[in-house]
Amino acid sequence: MAYALTVENLRKVYANGFEALKGVSLSVEEGDFYALLGSNGAGKSTTIGIISSLVTKTAGSVKVFGHDIDQDFAAAKRLIGLVPQEFNFNVFEPVEEILVNQAGYFGIPRRTGFERAEQYLKQLGLWDKRRCQARELSGGMKRRLMIARALVHRPRLLILDEPTAGVDIEIRRSMWTYLHELNAAGTTIILTTHYLEEAENLCRNIAIIDKGCVVEQASMKHLLTKLDCEIFVLDLREPLKSLPPTLPDCLQQIDETTLEAVISRDDSINFLFKALSEHGIEVLSMRNKTNRLEQLFINMTRRNAAA
Amino acid sequence: MTLKEQYIAFETILIKEILRFARIWVQTIVPPVITMSLYFVIFGNLIGSQIGDMDGFRYIDYIVPGLIMMAVINNSYANVVSSFYGCKFHHHIEEMLVSPLPNYLIILGFVTGGIARGLSVGLAVTLVSMLFTDLQVTNLAVVITIVVLTSAVFALAGLINGVYAKSFDDISIVPTFVLTPLTYLGGVFYTISMLPDFWQGVSRLNPILYMVNAFRYGFLGVSDIGLGPSYAIIGIFIVGLYGYAMYLLNTGYGIRR
Ligand SMILES: Nc1ncnc2c1ncn2[C@@H]1O[C@H](COP(=O)(O)OP(=O)(O)OP(=O)(O)O)[C@@H](O)[C@H]1O
Ligand SMILES: [Mg+2]
Repeated sequence: MAYALTVENLRKVYANGFEALKGVSLSVEEGDFYALLGSNGAGKSTTIGIISSLVTKTAGSVKVFGHDIDQDFAAAKRLIGLVPQEFNFNVFEPVEEILVNQAGYFGIPRRTGFERAEQYLKQLGLWDKRRCQARELSGGMKRRLMIARALVHRPRLLILDEPTAGVDIEIRRSMWTYLHELNAAGTTIILTTHYLEEAENLCRNIAIIDKGCVVEQASMKHLLTKLDCEIFVLDLREPLKSLPPTLPDCLQQIDETTLEAVISRDDSINFLFKALSEHGIEVLSMRNKTNRLEQLFINMTRRNAAA
Repeated sequence: MTLKEQYIAFETILIKEILRFARIWVQTIVPPVITMSLYFVIFGNLIGSQIGDMDGFRYIDYIVPGLIMMAVINNSYANVVSSFYGCKFHHHIEEMLVSPLPNYLIILGFVTGGIARGLSVGLAVTLVSMLFTDLQVTNLAVVITIVVLTSAVFALAGLINGVYAKSFDDISIVPTFVLTPLTYLGGVFYTISMLPDFWQGVSRLNPILYMVNAFRYGFLGVSDIGLGPSYAIIGIFIVGLYGYAMYLLNTGYGIRR
């Protein structure tokens, strides 16, 4: 299998002496949709910064489609499109010019730059803003502007550092669709996010970074099966004064009309409904309590803290 | 990058740099023209008529080339230092850093932008000076090469200042404490032959003296310094500053975390 990205033993000690990465290794297959997760300060942006050469590394190596970022930097950079976490365009520049200039830095002629700008601004719903100065855009529009800018040179690897932070639900969903299509058309995508349902929806593989170390790297499916239990929330038709003690132990009352059940993954839940029916308790609806990935994420990082 | 791509990338930076100062021309072109007009009126006309000749020329005629050069120097420097520092401060330098642009093109782009500003202001000041004096040109090739090369020296210096700058204060220290004194003492207003030997010797340590005099030679045909040493000094500064700027960008100082 060909790799879009291989990162080996990446270390970063910042100028103030802080060791942000302590030997990070990752590999992302070509065509993958890959999530890089971790709490605030875990080292995600530092890793991405090094890959896109905004941050100098202390040790380790990075290859993009086989091109080493030190030895073969021009080839590597051409293949990467970066959507950084912080806004980093000139706020006084008009939107369209930002894209054309970015294309220009890649050696793309202005005329082609304008064509690409039109294409991507239209796709991201910013075409009518093309003549506005970037500072006149809303936060969500600025994020989309950075996505459009990252695409003008048609990179094969798109890296997005929290692209949906501060983006409303509707636009977020349209971004998901857009990224999904890009990926389906062959672009490898790496994404960081704090919305775990986003990672669960979009990504096939996942790495969790904690305090500068990779604590997990696996496929999303594999990870989710690692969860040994699930919590269900049951909404009741009639208010319940107190929980009859004869009901199974796994049930807990949250309020008058809500119960929670913790069920081991291997167990059937039929017994639960049987017991509830016997007590004349009618369940209106049932749903998963937390996002499963969120649960797992908390387990992972907690375990790392204990270690 | 192929040569053609490199040219496109260079052109992109240059267009961006020119648009930057052209859009805010009221802040970038007008003020130096006003300042220099005041010099023309006060030193040239009002006081100049009391001073009499300088090196065989009317005082206003003598100082005009130096004043044009002063405007070029200040503006070439100011353009690059503020543009580059702005790019760093607002992080849009990252647009260049993620691209395959080689460092020498970043330098060349910013420096050519600075030269464009320096020459635009220089031209505007020259046009205004024509209201006060009949500008003669003895050697146009000297005028043009000296002004372009000098502008390049200070654009490069501005770039280096921009790389080091950590705050907006840092971009005005050098112009205030180094450039202005050196320019005033660099033979803009007088010929150093008026000075005692010792101070003549000291003046010769000031590189701006060589630039101002060579530029004046292009107009009036008189100079305190030979043309050869002037070109040599400017050449040395360009090579030295370029090499240093390259070294700084290669280490990533101030721009890569
Ligand atoms: N320029 C810097 N100098 C010193 N320390 C830094 C610098 N940038 C980041 N750090 C530190 O490095 C660590 C990792 O930061 P990084 O930005 O990579 O985290 P992150 O995983 O992206 O977090 P978030 O989810 O909040 O964006 C943090 O502890 C941060 O304080
Ligand atoms: Mg981050």
